[in-house]
Amino acid sequence: MSSNESGTNAVLSAVTLSKQVSSPEGSLTILSDVTFDIGSGESVAVVGPSGAGKSTLLALLAGLDLPTSGYVTLNGVNLSELDEDGRARVRAESVGFVFQSFHLVPSLNALENVMLPLELASHANPRVAAMDIIEQVGLADRYRHYPAQLSGGEKQRVAIARAFATAPAVLFADEPTGNLDTRTGSTIMDLMFELNRRSSTTLILVTHDTALAERCDRIISLDGGNLVSDSRVAA
Amino acid sequence: MKALVFAIRSFGRELRSGEVLVLLAAVVLAVAALTAVGFLTDRIGKAVARQANEVLAADLRLRSQDPIPDSWREEADGYGLRTADMVAFPTVVYLGDNSALSTISAVSAGYPLRGTVRISEELFGDEHDADGIPRPGEVWVDSSLMARVSGKVGDVLDIGTAQLTISAIITYRPDQSIGFASLAPTLLMNEIDVPGSGLIGEGSRVRYALLVAGDHSRVAEFNDAIEDELPDSLRLRSAEESSERAFAAADRAQRFLSLTAVISLLLSAVAIAMSARRFAHRRMDTVALMKSLGATQGFVIAVAMLQLVLVGIIGVVLGSLLGFGAELVLSWILADIIAGDLPKPGLTPVVLASGSALVLLVGFALPSLIQLRDTPPLRVLRHDAMPPSPSRIFVAGISLGAVALLLYQSVGDAMLLIIMLSGMIFIAAALYLVGRALVDTMGRFRSGVGIAWRYGLANVARRGRASAVQVVAFGLGLTVLLLLTLVRTDLLEGWRRTLDENAPNQFLINIQRDEVVSVANIFASRNIAPPNFSPLVRARMTSINGESVKDREYPTRDAEWFVNRQQNLSWAQTLSASNEILAGEWWPDDYSGPPLVSIEEEVSVETGISIGDKLQFEIAGQELEAEIASVRKINWDSFQPNFFLVLSPGALDDYPATFIASMRIEPAERSALAALVRAHPTISVIDLDSILQQVRGIIEKASLAVQAVFFFTLAAGIAVLFAAVQSTIDERRFESAMLRALGARKRIVFSGVMAEFAALGAAAGILASAGASILAAVVAVKLFNLPYTFNPMLWVAGMTAGVVVVCASGFFAARGAINSAPVDVLRGAGA
Ligand SMILES: Nc1ncnc2c1ncn2[C@@H]1O[C@H](COP(=O)(O)OP(=O)(O)OP(=O)(O)O)[C@@H](O)[C@H]1O
Ligand SMILES: [Mg+2]
Repeated sequence: MSSNESGTNAVLSAVTLSKQVSSPEGSLTILSDVTFDIGSGESVAVVGPSGAGKSTLLALLAGLDLPTSGYVTLNGVNLSELDEDGRARVRAESVGFVFQSFHLVPSLNALENVMLPLELASHANPRVAAMDIIEQVGLADRYRHYPAQLSGGEKQRVAIARAFATAPAVLFADEPTGNLDTRTGSTIMDLMFELNRRSSTTLILVTHDTALAERCDRIISLDGGNLVSDSRVAA
Repeated sequence: MKALVFAIRSFGRELRSGEVLVLLAAVVLAVAALTAVGFLTDRIGKAVARQANEVLAADLRLRSQDPIPDSWREEADGYGLRTADMVAFPTVVYLGDNSALSTISAVSAGYPLRGTVRISEELFGDEHDADGIPRPGEVWVDSSLMARVSGKVGDVLDIGTAQLTISAIITYRPDQSIGFASLAPTLLMNEIDVPGSGLIGEGSRVRYALLVAGDHSRVAEFNDAIEDELPDSLRLRSAEESSERAFAAADRAQRFLSLTAVISLLLSAVAIAMSARRFAHRRMDTVALMKSLGATQGFVIAVAMLQLVLVGIIGVVLGSLLGFGAELVLSWILADIIAGDLPKPGLTPVVLASGSALVLLVGFALPSLIQLRDTPPLRVLRHDAMPPSPSRIFVAGISLGAVALLLYQSVGDAMLLIIMLSGMIFIAAALYLVGRALVDTMGRFRSGVGIAWRYGLANVARRGRASAVQVVAFGLGLTVLLLLTLVRTDLLEGWRRTLDENAPNQFLINIQRDEVVSVANIFASRNIAPPNFSPLVRARMTSINGESVKDREYPTRDAEWFVNRQQNLSWAQTLSASNEILAGEWWPDDYSGPPLVSIEEEVSVETGISIGDKLQFEIAGQELEAEIASVRKINWDSFQPNFFLVLSPGALDDYPATFIASMRIEPAERSALAALVRAHPTISVIDLDSILQQVRGIIEKASLAVQAVFFFTLAAGIAVLFAAVQSTIDERRFESAMLRALGARKRIVFSGVMAEFAALGAAAGILASAGASILAAVVAVKLFNLPYTFNPMLWVAGMTAGVVVVCASGFFAARGAINSAPVDVLRGAGA
């Protein structure tokens, strides 16, 4: 499908990205020297065995954590040069998340959860925008419900609505179907790809599911913290 | 603004979570307890001052040798105060052939402004409150005057050129101890009859007094205004040192209330600190999530702060309502001792209490909130990512300082605060260390016990630090509760002693040396135990260490007044049971050396006279020098005759002495008193029954108040325990679900949790008993002047209380966690 090569219109770049953590057995490298560019509108699957460093990579790309060496640029901004609040602002403007364990705010109802990022990004009319996207994920009749009153699949819909609400440049999803049964999982993914297509968001999807990975434009695979392959999926 | 919207939006749901409720309860109880205690301290303080003022029959008394100019009366009127006049002079009154020297007190309508005169219609008959003052043409006389002139109600007395009818016998006059020195029997008459008697003229020894009373603050303003413009001839008197005796008990009640206030505040502080920690901890996930969605640090801290403030506001409102309710109930209970025209309590205690609670809330929650701000957003992906711990010592230091200041503001008792705060810090540290050691030891025993205990003990050991913190919280809560119970028991016990039915209720004064035997016989012949006689020699202090008392400088005006007034000296071979030597030594039984003197502690402090100083006295024209050998503390509760200055045996042998005595006379034995005054008309009998009854009234009411406030503090203590249990509830919920999912029966899981609480409760209970005994000993001795005896039962009680209370609060807090279906918990792990 799309064929953005590295360079001019890369929305997200990882440059010699490494992460070391200290452990009882001394310093441990959990990500070493990872470099790639991701173009605008691309959908990329990150795969690899458990413990390969997928979540670590995602955290660094989203600015949730800082690399030991190397750097990440998002929309041309070097995240390492920003302080925590600065990175938070970048996330508010251009990043959305969907997590394996949903992560909704338990004290807010579905609508309020979706409004949250809109409000943080100072959106002009958060309620209307949130209602609109909630309808798109098919939860128009449940918007007043609290997370505890929703099923896993419904929670993930709310999470997806929340992620897309601000029309972010990049959407990160860490095993979004990991806690769902196969059928619900695939409906959720259909929904995600649909929204992704409509809003031409860049999608970074961490998954164990090969079938799911193959629905993306590109697959980056990690093992032991190293990038072992970066290949394009045949259309 | 965004933060406010978000804070309010999620607040309703947050409120349903346990930790916010405990936090709220802690704030509510803090405000309620402080409001109620503040109210009581204020009220009882004023009631006690009021009782003390009874001794003056007014709030202020202006005295002079000359008629008091009307300008002062007008000035008092200007402050909206009530006034009454009193003229006192000695004269001889006649009834037929009988005559007696007496002190006439002529009073105007309104007298007494404080307290009431009590009268009876026959000698030592039933007494009742007098209604107003004697009508024109009538007089009320005391029993000794009646005996001296062999009169009865209805007889007509000649007083100067006037004839006045005896219409009642005075049994009690609030200001009877003023002019005590004259010892002559009293006669009370209406001011209107004074001119008709023709007794007040040039050269007569007349004393004038203007009595003033009214609203507390207005009296104080009036006092301040006139103090500096008073001419030398006018003396102002606002309190009487002798009131100390009767009101030591009420004074202690006030101290106890202050102690309770301090303890309530400290307990609330612990509860708030614990639940605030959990409040912050529970928010960590949400904060991490909001940060990942782009929220700044400022935003997340603003939200948490605002929610905390919301908790504070709701807590303050509910707490004030509860406090006001308690006020209503308490003022109803205390209606008798709180006179009508005291100012209403108003909002001050509520404002103070609310302010204190908010400072506590912010101060103790701040470290947790700072930590919350630094929550890494990475936590959304790695649940174990934790923020760095803030420097707790610094923040805790600031909060503690704030609490100490607040307490000082509302209690104003530095000694009490130092003892309590340092005691608590010390006990907390000890609890933590011992708690850790206990936790380690307990963990080792787990292989030898059943599954429930193994699981429970394993839990205690695994949560090492957290368990030790829980021991500290439980322990501190129990310590102060035990302490309060102990002090309360001691206090009530001490009061009961004051209320002793055998306490002396009669004072006999002006007994001559040669009358002692005959007086003793009057009682012995009626099978009444004769009184103990104490000698009394009237003297004036002339110089101290050779320097004239007139030239010396004194730290206070009271001291100056003391050294210049007529001294009542006594001597004694052995130390009275109601006295205690603080410094120096009491003389040996067979002492016969040069005169020594023992001085009362407060007089010594006020006048700056102490051991080794030589005092010179003038007694009936003769000189006497005595050296101070010891400083004594007097237990005024005893109602025994006591003297500021007591000399060694033999020192006063050459001087004219009279004797005084105190004794207990039951109502049925009162005829003995009539016989006594008839046989010895110069002896005066002072009836203390009325005063004793007042004191009993105060004590009974004060006990009730103490119990009521104690209840609030108990509630605050339970909030602490609850908060401590709550702090582990999430972990517990998950654990129990897991155990049950693995096949453990509910009962086993439940017994395990209870075993854990029982172990913690026992550890905390033992430590708390140790802490409370030590603290109670210090508090009893230093603050309440009560003897303290260690009670071994306390240890048993402490441990039992620890196990029962901790298990009970654990039961309620953990019940939900254990009962919830495992599937809900395990499924809901990620909301
Ligand atoms: N802060 C840390 N301290 C120690 N080890 C860490 C830390 N963060 C990550 N690791 C380790 O780094 C490795 C990579 O972790 P990561 O969570 O990125 O794996 P993953 O590919 O997402 O695995 P999974 O598919 O199971 O989610 C793991 O072995 C993990 O234990
Ligand atoms: Mg992962």
